[in-house]
Amino acid sequence: MKKQPKPRVAFFDFTDCEGCQLQFANMGQTLLELTELVDIVNFREIMSEAGQDYDVAIVEGAITTDNDVVRIKKIREKAKVLVTLGACATIAGVNGIKNRRPLEAAKKTVYGEKGALVNTIKAMAVHEVVTVDYAINGCPVYVPEVVAVLKCLLMGKPYVVPNYAVCVECKMNENVCRYEKDQECMGPVTRAGCNSWCINNGNRCYGCRGLVDKPASDAAKDILQKYGLKVEDILNSFTLYNDSMGEKYDQEFK
Amino acid sequence: MTKSSNKIDPQNLNIDVHYLTRVEGHGNIVVDVKEGKLAKCEFQVIESPRFFESMLVGRSIWEAQHLTSRICGICACGHTLASIKAAEDALGVKPSDEVVMLRKLLLYTEMLDSHILHIYILVAPDLLGVKSVMPLVKTHRPVIDMALRMKRMSDYAGEVLAGRHIHPISYVIGGLTQAPSREGLEKLYSMMLESRKDGEETVKIIKTLKFPEFQRPTQYMSLTSDDEYAMYDGDLMVNGEKSRVRDYRKLFIESVVDYSKAKISKINGKSYAVGALSRFNNNFDKLHKKAKATAKELGLKAPCHNPYLNTAAQLVEWVHCLEESITILEKILKEGVKEDKVVVSSWPKRSELGKIKYKPNTGAACVEVPRGSLFHEYTIDDSAHITAANCVIPTNQNMGNLEDDMRKLVPELLGKKTQEEITLDLEMLARSYDPCISCATHLLDVSFV
Ligand code: SF4
Ligand code: SF4
Ligand code: SF4
Repeated sequence: MKKQPKPRVAFFDFTDCEGCQLQFANMGQTLLELTELVDIVNFREIMSEAGQDYDVAIVEGAITTDNDVVRIKKIREKAKVLVTLGACATIAGVNGIKNRRPLEAAKKTVYGEKGALVNTIKAMAVHEVVTVDYAINGCPVYVPEVVAVLKCLLMGKPYVVPNYAVCVECKMNENVCRYEKDQECMGPVTRAGCNSWCINNGNRCYGCRGLVDKPASDAAKDILQKYGLKVEDILNSFTLYNDSMGEKYDQEFK
Repeated sequence: MTKSSNKIDPQNLNIDVHYLTRVEGHGNIVVDVKEGKLAKCEFQVIESPRFFESMLVGRSIWEAQHLTSRICGICACGHTLASIKAAEDALGVKPSDEVVMLRKLLLYTEMLDSHILHIYILVAPDLLGVKSVMPLVKTHRPVIDMALRMKRMSDYAGEVLAGRHIHPISYVIGGLTQAPSREGLEKLYSMMLESRKDGEETVKIIKTLKFPEFQRPTQYMSLTSDDEYAMYDGDLMVNGEKSRVRDYRKLFIESVVDYSKAKISKINGKSYAVGALSRFNNNFDKLHKKAKATAKELGLKAPCHNPYLNTAAQLVEWVHCLEESITILEKILKEGVKEDKVVVSSWPKRSELGKIKYKPNTGAACVEVPRGSLFHEYTIDDSAHITAANCVIPTNQNMGNLEDDMRKLVPELLGKKTQEEITLDLEMLARSYDPCISCATHLLDVSFV
């Protein structure tokens, strides 16, 4: 049997903190094992040389300039498979917060007289510009999920993202609910898959994995009921990650 | 990348390194020599601006840590600590000694992590004449395995202490949302003891590598303290003079340059350096004795004026931070983790949110992060919402110094080296600063209306 050529993987980053790529670099041994299955041809974080051809593009970061739009379209043309890595690329992440203020005003207040020179557009998730084949949520990504997605990718299977709330995982982990402790938490409307990472460590969920498909119907109803919560109230008090999802809740609530 | 040519005309040299690789974020080096004169010498930051200071305005002070951690994945713990300290300064909150100890531990382990990443992934390939760490996986496998083991130790520290290394979860205003487990701390302790010999091995390797010769004395700024090698807290020190952190705006001036999305800072109208070499030069006396011995072994003496040796200073700090971390862990393991002194809630009570009146105030803080002094400053209103914010990033502060180094270096190399060699020397110089560009483009000079 002829050996299949290894797929060539390239990493690209847009506007972000590069934390998700670093999660990759932090995989250590697992990353070395991965290099036996794929050829990493472009990983600017750790290499100087850059391969020009690739099959799989792993994209990190949000689209925030005209130039980004052109660049991501080119990457899409070349790549057979496009993966978004992390909240910035998948839902625009914290970058979406800048969409709250009118762009011209934001530029002017931040850059003063030089504002006009600044190239910036509304922060967008990658899927708002090009088609995405695999989306990995989280700020940062959760390594076990990254591995699961890559397995699907290598086998040519789709990856199914959970469409239930973080509360489901949180209860399995036997955490005391933040609402029980007179705290707030975004778990009831946030898409699971991180194993309720932040609550396990004593904090609250900030919603970094984005909302479940339809917050009004897919939210953790038992929790909402138990503590007399409304989906709108939760969305109003947590806006770190959902500003870029304006349309989503416009559709649901307006 | 530039095209190479062996015969160069020293009168006309044009270097344009696009997308400097192996640094965080995106930077370009542009050098232009016309008729033997240096016409242009720039380090351009071309990454998209991120608007962090603008994004902070209007948000609750309790969100600042979560948000500013996302400025940089590699210094997430440093941003977390600077943010928490600035918020505490604004709110008048004082953490317990136990909390401060755990914060120092987190900061030291971030130094361990970042320095080892820089030494092995970013610098070693240059010194060994290869393009990346990838070929080293084949040719130097035991060394790579060792580097991964050292990295694994510091990553594990982040997991045990803060829930995760990138964007720590449990470190918040006032304390930790959860105390680290004894089991985890014990495992970390034994991993650290193991790391000692990997550190010794690394010193042996770095000792044999040749750093380029270059000298340029400059102004070195860092925190300083009478009690310890200052990283978590202290006064500012530059040119042998001390000043208070909250007066930082009087000490250095930042200005916007057209070709860059980051600002350039100056002290006394001149560029200055921050980072491992500055701390080493300012605070050598306070280093752990093992770190001093490492410096001696590497031939590094304070004051050192060769910026390429920032990497050697990082290794000295690696040894220091490992030994300090071991000391802290021994104390915690002996006395036990005092949950009552450490654990706090990440936010005020839900039933009280919006009902408490706070004193409008401004708080500022500085923490030494791997690349140098990091400042956060927030002004809050009576609902503890942020009305103005400023973050000063090490890479911005180093930018002017790096350009001045390049301005001195290029004429020294003209006629002696090929364009290709000069380009590599410049890239290595930039990489020796370990520039973290995604942070630097947060853009500043914010006067909020
Ligand atoms: S998703 Fe979060 S961790 Fe990942 S790149 Fe964006 S800000 Fe960084
Ligand atoms: S609301 Fe938060 S703490 Fe409560 S069950 Fe859901 S995820 Fe867990
Ligand atoms: S608990 Fe919430 S904020 Fe934390 S990682 Fe999971 S989705 Fe993100």
